[in-house]
Amino acid sequence: MKALSGRRVLLGAAGPVGALIFSAIVSAIILVLTRHNPFEAFGAMGQAFSRPRVLVGTVNQVSSYYLAAVAVAIGFKMNLLNIGVDGQYRLAAMLSAALAGASFMQGIPSVVRILMTIVAAMLIGAAWAGIAVWLKISRGVSEVISTIMLNAIATAVIAYLLSPGRLAVQQGNNLGTRPITDGGMVPTIPIPKSITPLYTLLLLALLVGVLYAFLLSRTVFGFKIKATGLNPAAAVASGISVKRMAVAGMLLSGAVAGLVGMPELLNGPSHQYSINFPSGFAFTGIAIALLGRNHPVGMAFAALLWSALDSSANALQGVGVPNQLVVIMQGTIVLSVVVAYEIVRRYRVVLEQRDVARALAQSRKEPVAA
Amino acid sequence: MSTLIDAPPAVRLTGITKRYPGVVANSDINLSVRRATVHALVGENGAGKSTLMKTLFGLHQPDEGTIEIDGQARTFASPADAIAAGIGMVHQHFMLADNLTVWENVVLGAEPTSSGRLDGARARRDIEAIAQRYGLGVDPRALVEELGVGARQRVEIIKVLYRGARILILDEPTAVLVPQEVDELFGNLADLKAEGLTIIFISHKLDEVRAIADEITVIRRGTTVGTADPRQVTNRQLAEMMVGSALPVPELRESTVTDREVLRLRGVRVAGVGRDVLSDIDLSIRAGEVVGIAGVEGNGQAELVDAIMGLEPVADGAVELAGRDVTRLSTLRRREAGVGFIPEDRHRQGLLLEATLWENRCLGFQTRRPAARGMFLDRAAARADTRRIVEQFDVRTPGIDVLAAALSGGNQQKLIVGREMSGDPALLIASHPTRGVDVGAQAAIWDQLRNARAAGLAVLLISADLEELIGMSDTLRVILRGRIGPPLDPRTVTPESLGVAMTGGHEAGGPDLPDTAGTDRPEQPGQAGVVGSADRVAESDLGTAGGSLSARKVTE
Repeated sequence: MKALSGRRVLLGAAGPVGALIFSAIVSAIILVLTRHNPFEAFGAMGQAFSRPRVLVGTVNQVSSYYLAAVAVAIGFKMNLLNIGVDGQYRLAAMLSAALAGASFMQGIPSVVRILMTIVAAMLIGAAWAGIAVWLKISRGVSEVISTIMLNAIATAVIAYLLSPGRLAVQQGNNLGTRPITDGGMVPTIPIPKSITPLYTLLLLALLVGVLYAFLLSRTVFGFKIKATGLNPAAAVASGISVKRMAVAGMLLSGAVAGLVGMPELLNGPSHQYSINFPSGFAFTGIAIALLGRNHPVGMAFAALLWSALDSSANALQGVGVPNQLVVIMQGTIVLSVVVAYEIVRRYRVVLEQRDVARALAQSRKEPVAA
Repeated sequence: MSTLIDAPPAVRLTGITKRYPGVVANSDINLSVRRATVHALVGENGAGKSTLMKTLFGLHQPDEGTIEIDGQARTFASPADAIAAGIGMVHQHFMLADNLTVWENVVLGAEPTSSGRLDGARARRDIEAIAQRYGLGVDPRALVEELGVGARQRVEIIKVLYRGARILILDEPTAVLVPQEVDELFGNLADLKAEGLTIIFISHKLDEVRAIADEITVIRRGTTVGTADPRQVTNRQLAEMMVGSALPVPELRESTVTDREVLRLRGVRVAGVGRDVLSDIDLSIRAGEVVGIAGVEGNGQAELVDAIMGLEPVADGAVELAGRDVTRLSTLRRREAGVGFIPEDRHRQGLLLEATLWENRCLGFQTRRPAARGMFLDRAAARADTRRIVEQFDVRTPGIDVLAAALSGGNQQKLIVGREMSGDPALLIASHPTRGVDVGAQAAIWDQLRNARAAGLAVLLISADLEELIGMSDTLRVILRGRIGPPLDPRTVTPESLGVAMTGGHEAGGPDLPDTAGTDRPEQPGQAGVVGSADRVAESDLGTAGGSLSARKVTE
């Protein structure tokens, strides 16, 4: 059995590593065709990490990417496609920022304030996702459609609320929620030679990852998620309520989505949710969940890779290569990894069938003589 | 039949051996097919029939052995060579483009042209000529998507005839056909034979094989084990040749029936679309009793199972488990109350194919020991119990960490049976428990059912295999159009009389029908047409009683 599990790890890694190599080859071809030197470009990307600021930036970015990926993966695990992580985290970040910045929060102890902010964000994320799953259960609306539309509605709601006199204050050109005072922020760790400090909410992402792993492999709920995703008909026949699982899964996914904006909000430099708040983490999260195969560790590596590619993009301009090259690489990785995983999956099933057949053929030889 | 006694056989395979890495798929195959005959090739699934036919059709080359066509040694580097030698293959799964017409499909890849352009008129003329000559009625201009399954198969046959085939390989041609279409196909095959064509017919439906073949070759574990004369051999003899040992016999020993009622259905009605799929079902199963449900597929068996399992809402009536009304309880609560369930389709309802064996052990037990401890999975206990099942139920597997998909059908089924008999169930619903499994697994599953019955388990057995039903039941009930007939004693029932009852036919079926004729059946089919078709169905189902012994293993 040892050999089997060793092979599983190898096969598991074959997909993403193959995709990475393939995308490097594709990018190199594009670079050559556009008369750039691929070695110079890749060299510059690697060089970028010798600067502490880039390294810290990479690590800081990982938290949000990873949280978004986990949020998406919880749904993916049970064939529930939560495309609405984007709307869920932005709405959650905006409303919890408004709460954290509100004047009545000033007198509350720091830890309680931070916890309240985080819990509020989770509840808001879950509630927004809850609309989609409610539509699915009661009206049979596909969650893909409803979550996409809820993203647009979230944008409109945020635009409505984020105006002076409602939840926003005007500061120069910027429009944002009332800035959170120091007591409401989570301290960061200053890093020498880097103007960006290290975000400590990386620990939050880590905790979510550990809980996610524990949930999937050790709990009954996780087993039910897996069973529902692998074979809904068998799940129903085994007494698992697929509807109830959809509700629970979606709410959980939304709650984790609510956390996506927290590192930026509570560790970031702006102390508020403003029109400049980063968006699009969710779609990156989908790509990372795909790349990491919804696996807690796989997604951590995928988030790190994605973030590293992002932060090395700027270095490309130094050697005269458009930084969109990174986008091409990321796109190629996602496309090729989907193909690679399917190939690996089929190969693995065949391999195991052959193993079983061989193991049994040996034990069968004797009694056949009769 | 053939006047050319001395003519060389149309196909002669000698000592064919084909190895795959780690496995020998065919070894020392010898097959001789006389011209203008239908030669059947039968064998269990995985016996090597397909590998052999792929060799003959040039899809791969044998490692050893020779192929002779009409007395001449041949080597086929590709199917093109085989086609050139007059061999045609009709695959089990049709390879037709739905959005093209019949003639377009037929000529696809072998288009007749006149001065570089597709000559549709000629193609249609040629196809009509072929259809005429061999009695393969189909309109060349019809769109394939508008054709029924039988007609599509005729198109496939025309396709190979159009390419000049004289030797036709038909791979499980009846698998997708309804009985009437099977009759039609057999008519066509007789015509083809009369025109001097040779047909190699691969099948596992033994009664069909005996009906159509002039000669039968049996293949087992990759090698030919002998030939049989279809006029003399019985289904059982053929099946035993296929598996190489005596077949297990379904039978029960002395009655273990107690008077403790475990399951009781009272006037259960299940509504379907437009009409009731089950009406007025009264059924009782006592501890230590096996109640067999006989019926032609689609008469409400699936709904009956769903109603008992709580997978389908009951419109009227009550389901009681050990005296407790469970009509409104969820599937989970019913399972926890001691209902085990062996589903009809194990891949659909019984397994997580891409999960390990021990995870599959937890399925249905996710709230109970040994799989769970509170809200947490008890991996160690679940794994230990999976090992117990593997051991006790003889699941052939190298370990409990392999994926369920890697096991053979019989071993998957043994795992399910072992799982569903865990945790001391009071009631077991066994829906086609030995469908698609090999004889070894079948014997093992029957053994387990007998043991459980002796231990006081109540069993609802649903099966299409009449021999299994009669042999393994203490009481038989016939289900017809959603209604259930009165209890029958399996000791006085024959497959013939049961078959008649299943189709709602007259008692003409036999005097040995005690109280089969449903008095509660409102519409006795008096019309000649209905009776005729009913008899036909009955016959084919009877055939299955013996024939399905093999069908079961092979359908996997």
